Amino acid sequence: MTVEALKEHGFSAVALPEPDREITGVYIGDLLSWVMGRAKSGDAWITIMSNINVLAVASLADTACVIAAEDVEITDDIAKAAGSKGINILSFSGSAYEAAVLLYELL
Amino acid sequence: MSEALKFHFDVDGDDFTSAGKASVQVKKNLRQLGLSPETIRRVSIAMYEGEINMVIHAGGGIADVTVTEDCIEILLSDKGPGIKDIDKAMQEGYSTASDNIRSLGFGAGMGLPNMKRYTDYMDIKSTVGVGTDITMRVNI
Repeated sequence: MTVEALKEHGFSAVALPEPDREITGVYIGDLLSWVMGRAKSGDAWITIMSNINVLAVASLADTACVIAAEDVEITDDIAKAAGSKGINILSFSGSAYEAAVLLYELL
Repeated sequence: MSEALKFHFDVDGDDFTSAGKASVQVKKNLRQLGLSPETIRRVSIAMYEGEINMVIHAGGGIADVTVTEDCIEILLSDKGPGIKDIDKAMQEGYSTASDNIRSLGFGAGMGLPNMKRYTDYMDIKSTVGVGTDITMRVNI
């Protein structure tokens, strides 16, 4: 499914510069190097990290989107930077586990 | 024989929030060269880890990337404190990063292991009190 389609399933768009990006898997993690070492290209990356370094990791690991679980705050600066760097970010009110369960059903 | 392409970057040691600039730029450059996405991913991840290490531990440094017909070579050089025990530093999960760094999501002890994992060749030369030079190569 595409990143944009997540909007119909309880995820809200924070930045969607590449809405047609296809999600091919899921990875959950907050330690950035761990995520870079393990996440696959095309994964939806679920995290509670919301600092600017998340953008670099998402870009380099080539994830389909970042899902900010537990409604962690994404500042306007970061949302703006994500938009200009082509990184999709969505927020989700539930836990990382709940997001993963939902994605499991959708994918 | 065609000439090698070279990119040079100064990695700023003060600014944590912009760390990754050089790697993101390299990713863009390699994309323009039409290299495969997997090669680009490997190079940019390995380089980002090295860049972050230089920011966390060494107050910055320099990065040189050379693209030839058959490989991409990354040279990272800093004048930081050096690595005391390279074998230990290469172990997954071993880190000397501060709590402050960890709160940013770094310091998982995966930096050097990731650099090795994503490259075909890696060599570390480090002298305590002098600095560290790392050479990495990814075959095309």
